[in-house]
Amino acid sequence: MKIGVLALQGAFIEHIKILRARDVEAIEVRKPEQLRDLDGLIIPGGESTTFGKLAVEYGLIEPMRALCAAGKPVWGTCAGMIFLAKEIGRAQPLIGVMDVTVKRNAFGRQVDSFEIDLDIPALEPRAPFHAIFIRAPLIASVGKGVEVLAKLDDGTIVAARQGNLLATSFHPELTNDARFHKFFLKNVKSR
Amino acid sequence: MTEKQVGTWAVKVGLAQMLKGGVIMDVTTAEQAKIAEDAGACAVMALERVPADIRREGGVARMADPTKIIEIMEAVTIPVMAKARIGHFVEAQVLEALGVDYIDESEVLTPADEENHIDKHQFKVPFVCGCRNLGEALRRLGEGAAMMRTKGEAGTGDVVEAVRHARSVLGEIRRIQNMRPDELMHVAKELGAPYELLKQTAELGRMPVVNFAAGGIATPADAALMMQLGVDGVFVGSGIFKSDDPAKRAKAIVEATTHFNDPDILAKVSRGLGQPMSGLAARAIPEKEQLAVRGW
Repeated sequence: MKIGVLALQGAFIEHIKILRARDVEAIEVRKPEQLRDLDGLIIPGGESTTFGKLAVEYGLIEPMRALCAAGKPVWGTCAGMIFLAKEIGRAQPLIGVMDVTVKRNAFGRQVDSFEIDLDIPALEPRAPFHAIFIRAPLIASVGKGVEVLAKLDDGTIVAARQGNLLATSFHPELTNDARFHKFFLKNVKSR
Repeated sequence: MTEKQVGTWAVKVGLAQMLKGGVIMDVTTAEQAKIAEDAGACAVMALERVPADIRREGGVARMADPTKIIEIMEAVTIPVMAKARIGHFVEAQVLEALGVDYIDESEVLTPADEENHIDKHQFKVPFVCGCRNLGEALRRLGEGAAMMRTKGEAGTGDVVEAVRHARSVLGEIRRIQNMRPDELMHVAKELGAPYELLKQTAELGRMPVVNFAAGGIATPADAALMMQLGVDGVFVGSGIFKSDDPAKRAKAIVEATTHFNDPDILAKVSRGLGQPMSGLAARAIPEKEQLAVRGW
């Protein structure tokens, strides 16, 4: 199994470390040829506008769309979730394949960044998942066929899945809890 | 923890982790902030004058006018940082109240306190601080800084001091990695560094927070040099808006920071950028005019 982590900018090392600790081959992706032969792709946290500029300049958008269309598991955390969404209410380059409307910086600025325990029924074993939200986006609405995986108490959607696509507002890669990575890898193995 | 916890160590350090592999650019107006964002900057630093102008014009350099900071915050969606004077915790309180995303307690401004830095644990907003060596870095972490940057010599366009400080910090980390606990205590005394943070750094083989380079980076090759030396990202101050073609140079430095290990791409992005900032050899600056020596 070989997983790519988009390494244009942001917290890609954190994902790679968790994957390698689980004996999964993980590579940094900066150029289109590095997307070949992947079994799955993770788009990390970082700045979505920076990802967009660099992905367009280096011809990564279409190959990443093709990977999603081919049914390969793709997971976006925070900026990665923005990058996967079809609609974000402003013009900036996106992969734009997941049927969700995402709102950027939805909770406010950095002083509003927060940590909280979430109940995520899809994770095994089931126990609170400690989630870190940093200038985080939220999912304002989901289309048909999108399964909501986690919500805040007020009903705000913060994790969802649509077939091979997975999105989280928060950063499982910043904690020592690998259950979300295991959940993603299970999806990769089953394909 | 079923209630939201804000201002925690994890969210402070976490934002810096999201900035890694990116370029943080000094801007003085909303227009410049837009140019920086469009070029792919991962954050901007709002300030009144870029370091090259502070150096030339002299006088007391203070926190930027809040009106200007708000204009910049409204112009872009990326994080906005702003500088407070060393030890000026009220400037920091004002910046926190404005809602900036990170405060740089910076030697580029005129220090407000020649002994003490800000007690950064008291704030919800995270701080980045400058360092020339590991001892200075770990003292700042002890005070609550959630991100470091090596100082370099701001406003010169001369990368030599940035290299010196990055080599010093990263070299000291390599040196302590194989030491015994009793030897580490001696080094802690020698460096004036908190022992627990030094021990943690030795165990991790890196600082426990993100470490960028700053001060003198003016070309795409400068940015890639710092990345190859082992920093997590770069700050570019005067290097962009004091050059002939800021938009083009900004974009080239962003690409060079991402592709820092790819000489073919570095060669491509380094072409046709026009003149870099004219620059000032760091060696020619008398010690009392050096910015890097501020901070203790």
